[in-house]
Amino acid sequence: MVEMVTRPYAAAFEKFATADPDVLCLSADLTSSCEIDGFRDRHPDQFVSLGMAEQNMMSFAGGLGLAGFRPFLHSFGVFLYRRPYDQLMASVAYPRRKVRLMGFLPGVTTPGGMTHQAIEDVAVMRSIPNMTVLETGDATEVESICEAADSIDGPVYCRVLRGSVPRLFDTPIVVGQMRELALGEDVLVVTSGIATEEALRAREALEKAGVSVRHLHINTIKPFDEKPLLDHIASVSKGVVVLENHVTEGGVGSLVAEIMADNGVGKRLVRLGLKDTYAHGGSRGYLMKHYGLDASALVAGIETLIGQKTGITEEQLSAARVDAVHSAVKAEAL
Amino acid sequence: MKNRKSTEEVALGIRRRVFEHCMRNNGGYLSQACSAAEQLAFLYNEALNLGEPTLPAVPRPFGGVPSADNPDYVTGAGYNGPFEPRYDRLFIAPAHYALVAYATLIETGRMAPEGLEMFNKDGSSVEMIGAEHSPGMEVHNGTLGIGLSTGAGLAFGRKRRGEEGQVCVFMSDGEVQEGQTWEAVQAAAHHRIDNLWALMDVNDQQCDGAMSSVMEVRDIAEKFRAFGAVCVEIDAHDLDAMRQAKAEPHEDRPLIILARSSPTHGMSFLQRRFPRLHYVRFKTPEERDEMNKAIAEELGVEPVDIAEGAH
Repeated sequence: MVEMVTRPYAAAFEKFATADPDVLCLSADLTSSCEIDGFRDRHPDQFVSLGMAEQNMMSFAGGLGLAGFRPFLHSFGVFLYRRPYDQLMASVAYPRRKVRLMGFLPGVTTPGGMTHQAIEDVAVMRSIPNMTVLETGDATEVESICEAADSIDGPVYCRVLRGSVPRLFDTPIVVGQMRELALGEDVLVVTSGIATEEALRAREALEKAGVSVRHLHINTIKPFDEKPLLDHIASVSKGVVVLENHVTEGGVGSLVAEIMADNGVGKRLVRLGLKDTYAHGGSRGYLMKHYGLDASALVAGIETLIGQKTGITEEQLSAARVDAVHSAVKAEAL
Repeated sequence: MKNRKSTEEVALGIRRRVFEHCMRNNGGYLSQACSAAEQLAFLYNEALNLGEPTLPAVPRPFGGVPSADNPDYVTGAGYNGPFEPRYDRLFIAPAHYALVAYATLIETGRMAPEGLEMFNKDGSSVEMIGAEHSPGMEVHNGTLGIGLSTGAGLAFGRKRRGEEGQVCVFMSDGEVQEGQTWEAVQAAAHHRIDNLWALMDVNDQQCDGAMSSVMEVRDIAEKFRAFGAVCVEIDAHDLDAMRQAKAEPHEDRPLIILARSSPTHGMSFLQRRFPRLHYVRFKTPEERDEMNKAIAEELGVEPVDIAEGAH
């Protein structure tokens, strides 16, 4: 079975930050929730507590950037853009400060309901000039997100997974480089974040049902290199399905739609995600099922695209295993 | 830089320049010059330790916004001198005071008088609401409440690096209506950011009129103290009081100077407009002529030749 990693960000951030005194750890009262409590305790000199005051934290970070520091802001994703949006624009994005926004609990990965669920963050952040947007999909990507974010000459927003996170990949994030997880010929499946694990669960059943899947995992949402995506779209016969932990407006589905439209690609596209709706509080499994973000929803989306039923049952999917990264059949093996 | 003029002379020069500009251009931010002339004159002429300007006296046209494709982007902070550890840094938080700030740069020899001719002209960097790239500006502050937070962050960073220079934020009292101001003060006090100080123009005015009628803010000195700052209240037109206030010890805490000002100081004619003083436009040509003569006389200059038109 797939390896589960506990609190991957904690150790990764500590290792990364302690190597460079210009990296500062900023927190807005969600220190253990963002896995930086150990860092706070062991490296208090590099830790700056700014309390429940995100507007000040954002502009303060802009000021730190002016002084040549590279602050990493830790909070839940929603609190890094909804309340301090104006401060984000004026103090961070416009002047291209090297501020790294580590947004935890993307989409429905929290039972906290609407106030805690960053379901439109990709749409918002993607539309901000100068902003880079990264998203983690497994423990390895969480472990490499600090280096990836800090390689950017400007502000970066990251969707970071926390807690118990599966290890799907064995290579770090390379900014701008999508992961090619399968090279089938019928349908292109594009996923990001926790949706990738869902697609991996569905793939074996789909292959058995005779659907050849080409699967891409996106960790760099902006900037985005169109060319490889267009090549992959050209390599499949039926069309594209995008599954994401986000509303279908403005996220990765929109990104793919825009690229297809801009380039006159006449293939079908099915966008799966939250459909113009807020979610509510609940377990991740329940929310993903309820709002159509899981492996079953992906299979249904593919059936819509190919115009036929696959016969894949819920039981087959729930039993489906995701191969461990170090097994003979690597999840990302080509 | 050497002070060629006294701070009183600089303040009078600011009022004169802003007045002449507004008469020629059919209105403008006149009352901000009335309330803040001594404060900005004090900052540039004696309080701040600034180096020689690093940007040309005649401002360059707008050079584009910051982007990965525009690596040569510069802010307007070069008019306040270089970014060196020993020098102070200044943010003008109420960016609509830009006209007054530009007049100050001219009066203190940091910008050529021609700079003001570019005010609010398309393609110019001398923007109406001071932008990052405008003379004397280092960051965007047009949205009120963000200046003190940015100043606190910069001051925290500078202190951490052991830099001698301080960070000053010129503020307006309307900003105390924004929650972020209080977030910034509590953070600065909590983190003992004492290389930060602010001079606030307390003119009791805001866009919609007198602050008491728009949103009562009560005793802001007490509020600042309760949030952890050292706070001193002075008469904004009394330079000796300002000098004393700047010298107030504030170890481990930020210093906030509340400069209680008159929004019509030096231009008594504007009292007829009270409380709508935020941006003064002329209601009729007759009013313009009357205002021109009255204010010119009070400032000790000739009335502006309005027939000359806008520059």
